Amino acid sequence: MNGLNPFVLFAASIFTSNMILANFLGMCSFIAVSKDIKTSLGLGQAVTFVLTFTTVINYLLYRHVLVPMNLEYLRYIVFIISIAAFVQLVEMIVERHLPILHHALGIFLPLITVNCAILGVSLFMVIRKYSLIQSVAFGFGSGVGWTMAIVALAGLKKRLNESRVPKGLKGAGITLIITGLMALGFMGFSGMVQIS
Amino acid sequence: MAKTRAKDVWIMGIWKENPVIIQVLGICSALAVTNRMDNALIMGVGLIFVTAFSELTVSLLRMHTPKHIRMMVQVLIISAFVIIVDIYLKAYLPNASKALGPYVGLIITNCIIMGRCEVFAQKNKPAISFLDGIFNGIGYTLVLMVVAFARELLGFGTFFGIPVMGEGWMNWVIMIMPPGAFFMLALVVWGVNTLREKREISERAGEVKAR
Repeated sequence: MNGLNPFVLFAASIFTSNMILANFLGMCSFIAVSKDIKTSLGLGQAVTFVLTFTTVINYLLYRHVLVPMNLEYLRYIVFIISIAAFVQLVEMIVERHLPILHHALGIFLPLITVNCAILGVSLFMVIRKYSLIQSVAFGFGSGVGWTMAIVALAGLKKRLNESRVPKGLKGAGITLIITGLMALGFMGFSGMVQIS
Repeated sequence: MAKTRAKDVWIMGIWKENPVIIQVLGICSALAVTNRMDNALIMGVGLIFVTAFSELTVSLLRMHTPKHIRMMVQVLIISAFVIIVDIYLKAYLPNASKALGPYVGLIITNCIIMGRCEVFAQKNKPAISFLDGIFNGIGYTLVLMVVAFARELLGFGTFFGIPVMGEGWMNWVIMIMPPGAFFMLALVVWGVNTLREKREISERAGEVKAR
């Protein structure tokens, strides 16, 4: 679609089109897991890692397998299988060879298959017709942006424990409002770059 | 919960265990597609279709699916139905298909469907699972419609694309931007939770009186 500089795309996917705050992707785990900063950071790292690699894998699969065979409509199935398979593979490798990393990321990996941010980034990549390098920048940037948002929310939520929240708003309600305020803040960046 | 009757299923799906408000599932699309009512309605109908037929299929296959690969089987079933919805939208409603963009595909990772397949369809007969899918889908659609109604009315001054707010209306641009979605859904969650609490209290008071 465009010759957008990968670095610009990287910055844009963190700030102006943040996965959570502008595209609402990955909300489920965002709301459920953001209880403390350390856990959020772990999940964020796992998401960033998986996101970067699955975007590349899905790019190659889409461009070199699906498009030549005129099977674009199968992309949902192919993408979700490749994501699930990649997550499974990473889990096995990490468990066997990198016990320290497994300790840090282990419990988060299975959760990631159903994180809509992962599938969402792959679908955005197809719709916006990114090149390979752009896809890498977009995938990595989206992961970093997602991590940043969830860590920030976890920090805010810690403060929330000591404040008085109206009864009906407790839990999901107040989290949504905080996220809304964060999104409002991030809208301040929107003049910098425009993608999409 | 082994024997759930049809009567209970619809109350559970729409009110008591509303997937969006009570279980906080499927928030992503609830926020993303609610800037216009027609988008929200199409998304809701698509989700009802996918949930109902996925639950039906999962339930039909539940005796033949090995336990440890059931998640994968469920995802594949769901993806197949999502592809049907996607192709249908592309063919008959190209504008809506463009407006919804990747969010049609993201029905696959909508936790409502996976959740219902895992919790309900794995343990119940096909017919009742189908109903459960329909009513959970309706519960989701209703929330979407409420949020979309408020956002479209305030953000564009329209109702299903028809201007209703009159000449002097200033659009609240914030309502169609992402923050508006978060605030609006939070308000809906707040309202429903408060309502439920009041009802529970009055129910309890009624029980006490009856004694």
